[in-house]
Parts: sequence; C-alpha cells; structure tokens
Amino acid sequence: MSSVMQPQPHTSPDPLLLAGVEYKSRLLVGTGKYKDLDETRAATEASGAEIVTVAIRRTNIGQNPNEPSLLEVISPQKYTLLPNTAGCYTASDAVRTCRLARELLDGHELVKLEVLGDEQTLFPDIIQTLEATEILVKDGFKIMVYTNDDPIIAKRFEDMGCVAVMPLAAPIGSGLGIRNPHNIRTIVENASVPILVDAGVGTASDAAIAMELGCDGVLMNTAIAGAQDPVLMASAMKKGIEAGREAFRAGRIPRKRFASASSPIDGMFF
Amino acid sequence: MNITVNGTASEYPDKLSASQLLRSLGLADKRLALEINEEIVSRSTYDSRVINPGDRVEIVHAIGGG
Repeated sequence: MSSVMQPQPHTSPDPLLLAGVEYKSRLLVGTGKYKDLDETRAATEASGAEIVTVAIRRTNIGQNPNEPSLLEVISPQKYTLLPNTAGCYTASDAVRTCRLARELLDGHELVKLEVLGDEQTLFPDIIQTLEATEILVKDGFKIMVYTNDDPIIAKRFEDMGCVAVMPLAAPIGSGLGIRNPHNIRTIVENASVPILVDAGVGTASDAAIAMELGCDGVLMNTAIAGAQDPVLMASAMKKGIEAGREAFRAGRIPRKRFASASSPIDGMFF
Repeated sequence: MNITVNGTASEYPDKLSASQLLRSLGLADKRLALEINEEIVSRSTYDSRVINPGDRVEIVHAIGGG
C-alpha cells in the first residue's frame, strides 16, 4: 500500500495576543469616511476585523434623536471597540477623551492614543503623547499608541506600559505605503509588545509588506473606506494581512544578486 | 437658568437633574457620556446630579473614526 504524505500548510493557531486577549484577525479597522452606516457595516464585516476604532464626538442636539447610531451597526457585543483620541493636539484633550470613552463604554480600558502635531502631516506630537501616556497608564488605561517610526521612542512607549505600539507607515490617509521598512523592522525586533502599523497603507500589498516585516497587525481606515469599492478592498486587505503573516512565518528566501536554477543540472540529455 | 450644552447656551428650567436634561433633549435611552464643567458624571448618578446655572455640559457619543 502506498502512503503518500499530503503536504499540509502550517495551520497551527496564530492569534494576535493583545492586552491578554487573543484575536484571530490581525487587521484592525477604523469606521470613518464611509458613505453611510450600511457601508460601514458591510466593509467591517468583509475585513474580518475584530477590533474596530471609533471616535468620540459631541452628540447632535436638536436633530432627529432616532437617527441610527454607529454602535447599532458596530455592536460592542460583537466587536472590541477601540475608542481613539483623533483630533486631539494636547495631552489634556486626549486624556479627557479617553475618560469620556471609558464612561461611554462602561469601563472599557482599551484605547488608541494619538496626539497630533499639526494638520498638514497629522504626525504625532511625541512630547504630548508621552505626557498623556504617563497619565493614562496610571489611570488604568490599556494604551495602543500611535507614534512615528522612531525605534527609540517606540521602545520608550513600551517601557511606559503601553499594551501595543503603533508606528505610522506614512501620513494618515496618504496611502503612501511603508516609507521606512528598515525602521519598522527595527521596532519589531526590539519589541516585546505587539507592534501594529497604524496609518499610511494604500492597498493590500502595503498591508502584506507590513506583515512580512514581522508586524503583529495593521490598523487602517482610509485605504478601505476611500477605495472605489470599500467592501471589496476590505476583503483584499484581509487576504493581504493573512498572506503577509504566513510569508513572515514561513521565512522568505534571502535576496541574491544572481540566479540559481530551479531545475536540476543532473540528468540533462543535451 | 442658562446653561451651555455642547457649546450652545440656552435657557433651561431651574433645578434640572442630568436625567431630566437628557430626557428633555430626547437622549434618555441613548448610549452616551456626560461631562459637567469637564468632570465626568457617572451614568448611575444622573438622577441625583443637579445642574447649576452657568454649568457647561458636554454630551458625547461614538461615531465613525479611524
């Protein structure tokens, strides 16, 4: 009896472990910039994301109180919500936003901290971000911090107690892709908390490259919501993330300058 | 009394509780968070928390964002 071993892909579980919780998906998505809540729901579902960012803003007073709300389509029972501090330019505004988010979400402590430096680049203000981190860590928050691609600062955020560090790939919403892969790799190699690329990816290959560099995940919004077909792009991103992660785990071949033949030299008849 | 709600100053009845304010705005059953003079008011204290003249009230909720 011939027994042929079927090649099996390495399918052992490979969860993202974040603040003590395991997630199957390594793609985190934002909920901004969609044309309506139906599109938000459909794209979020297609992305397979389990962690979903939301913004905290004033309730509209005097408008139709029965208009549908985001949390009706992105249910806190189904998704891990990640309230952000988008739009904050000072540590105190960011801290205030996180505390309101915790009250809004019944004691939820996981937040995405971003403190911005200016409107043109939306680059992080690192001084303000460090200040906010110090206050929020003491206050019991689990912080996923948006930062630049500086390995020294990334390590500092980890040492201060952030549960994840999220360097940008390129400016928020720019779609420029991974501009400094060497720094991202250095940040990953130095880290003992999850490193997620946050901001700057434009298409599925960018997401795959982030994962091939060894990132633990990617957080994106505009690349999906701004695509001509957001739901299809959400699906593409899911696959890009999975492909990149598998390629990272598989271990790629080294780059060489010259060729090496794929077919054997032995047994040639000419 | 005059209070400021989400940046807009308006007249409201005196001795209004946080619960009564939210009801009057049609927000009684909504998922939101409330701040008075930059201090968070816990949901469990809405009934007892009295709003005073000149108070600045912020009412926030979750919306789409990245």
